[in-house]
Amino acid sequence: MEKFTQLSAGAAPLMRPNIDTDTIIPVKRLIGYQRHELGAFALEPYRFRPDGSENPDFVLNQPRYRGAKILITAENFGCGSSRESAVWALMAYGFRCIIAPGFGDIFHNNAFQNGLLPIRLPREEVDRIAEELAGAPSPAMTVDLHSCTIATPAGRTVAFEIDGERRQALLEGRDEIAMTLLRDADITAFQIHDRVARPWIYQTAPRAPAAS
Amino acid sequence: MAAQAQPRTLFDKIWASHVVAELSGGVSLLAIDRHLMHDLEAGAIIKRIADRGLKPHNPELTFGVPDHAVATDPRRRANSTPNSERLLREMKEGSDAFGITYFDLDTEGQGIVHVIGPELGLSQPGMTIVCADSHTCTHGGLGALSFGIGATEVAHVLATQTLRQTKPKTMRINLNGKVAAGVTAKDLILATIGKIGTGAGRGHAVEYAGDAVRAMTVDERLTVCNLSIELGAKIGMIAPDDTTFEFLAGRRYAPQGDMFERALTYWRGLPTDEDGRFDVEHSIDVNKVAPQVTWGTSPQDVIAVDSRIPDPSRETDPQRRKAMEAALAYMGLAPGAAIEGTPIDWVFIGSCTNGRLSDIREAARIVAGRKVAPNVRAWVVPGSEATQRAAEREGLDKVFLSAGFEWRKSGCSMCAGVNGDIIAPGQRSVSTTNRNFVGRQGPNARTHLASPVMAAAAALAGCIADARKIG
Repeated sequence: MEKFTQLSAGAAPLMRPNIDTDTIIPVKRLIGYQRHELGAFALEPYRFRPDGSENPDFVLNQPRYRGAKILITAENFGCGSSRESAVWALMAYGFRCIIAPGFGDIFHNNAFQNGLLPIRLPREEVDRIAEELAGAPSPAMTVDLHSCTIATPAGRTVAFEIDGERRQALLEGRDEIAMTLLRDADITAFQIHDRVARPWIYQTAPRAPAAS
Repeated sequence: MAAQAQPRTLFDKIWASHVVAELSGGVSLLAIDRHLMHDLEAGAIIKRIADRGLKPHNPELTFGVPDHAVATDPRRRANSTPNSERLLREMKEGSDAFGITYFDLDTEGQGIVHVIGPELGLSQPGMTIVCADSHTCTHGGLGALSFGIGATEVAHVLATQTLRQTKPKTMRINLNGKVAAGVTAKDLILATIGKIGTGAGRGHAVEYAGDAVRAMTVDERLTVCNLSIELGAKIGMIAPDDTTFEFLAGRRYAPQGDMFERALTYWRGLPTDEDGRFDVEHSIDVNKVAPQVTWGTSPQDVIAVDSRIPDPSRETDPQRRKAMEAALAYMGLAPGAAIEGTPIDWVFIGSCTNGRLSDIREAARIVAGRKVAPNVRAWVVPGSEATQRAAEREGLDKVFLSAGFEWRKSGCSMCAGVNGDIIAPGQRSVSTTNRNFVGRQGPNARTHLASPVMAAAAALAGCIADARKIG
């Protein structure tokens, strides 16, 4: 996983609620592409017109927001399908941090698995940051995971909260599988006890299928 | 000791019994009882694990089935779609190498992963069940704690048989009252999403309760729980009861004989204790729910079939207003118009939401002796091979075929848009699926979500129709 410590970068406001993972990466792009190639298709239905040309009205296609690494967005970002490719596509496009009033639960988990920092803030605060961005000569801001603060485009400091374990994993760029493998004694002990308490869970040989 | 006397919810009980270790910051290491894999990424993930030199921790607890990428043409083969040949081969080879059970095409075990789990008795009350698909919440209909995960989490489950998870809050949705004729479980859950919103369940494990839920069959409970993710909750569940236990008895992977009796004793202790407390509660008056149909591009954009398409100009929240305007433009609909009578091109009956035998029977009851309207293409895609065979034993395939429907092989088909089954740009479909997102059923395809009887009625009428007037 990529580390996340501190990021000072361009930011873009995309203030539509309920942007689903089918929109973040259409299903036809899930097969046949490597993760790093998915950036070309991130938010494809918004970025491109049906004929394949760029949509100049879309915020990320406007010159002042090109190259943004921080996305400010609205309620329930990343709802829908569990596809982790949604996170891979946003990261391959260049995003490292998404700020929203709320995220789809599965997207939120997937973001942490890859080093994309999802920050939840109250809607009024997110809306205010979006307004500051629109009014700033150069739309940029700073996100610091050490201090869990944001320096907004207008220079205000805003605090945010992240689960302790997840914050540490991001700061260190930890691999969760490697960390959990170190706990194999705990897992084995759990299963020894559980095989006595709930033996049917582990007895997975089928009975013969019915004739049909 | 005092803690044990605290009343607990179904969710609390299952969560607590699966905690392997408490990690810092409110994250728990949770044991996983069943891991289900589908064809879209299974082969690639198994390869990634093998390349790291890792082995599956408990291969006997993982089961795989192809569903997303497979063709549903009656003469299909593994290589019928451009992607499926490679995906299925890699998944089968990886499963064989890892000792994972793989339910191949043309066997009774094949079907949509959320249909076969309950059907085979793989999914049971009190289990933790995960799968790389957001509709894994379906299995909660049997009283399991089940949820969708991403690809990295799949690798974590394979390598450790555990997951790191933050404990969600709890929500109870009480569905009380008597369901009117022509109103289905799909209508109840769509109406619920319409009322509380597509983000309302975020961060919560939802339990559905109330007399309307108690009266439901297992199939209906699976439909309700399936749509939990569309109200934002990755976990939806219903307390197991005699209906659940009767459903499971004798299924291929359910406990047998004395072991079933032991499991039964355990399962009976799972329901939420009296006075069990939830962080949030909602109540829906079931008496007032009419057949539902969506008008927009989010499952919360839903109305009763006999009402009018909402007007964005009356919406006070500017973000919501813009979203409504964009949805209406995409759907080609006018605010204030009646939704009933909107001409359609397609009907799709199937998916992990409504592809079970009872759904097919209900639709067949409407279709029997009638004809699909000219210019409408209508498909039935059974949720599993076993469902298809059972329906054919009842002659339901002939009911649909003689009405002008196509009767196809099991798979995700038009709900996934990744297997060649798609709707042409600009065409309008009534679908028994779960998502009306932009492009979900094909680029610029327009999807109206509804129940199987509503979809059947639309196929006959050639437009969005009220099934109550036909049935």
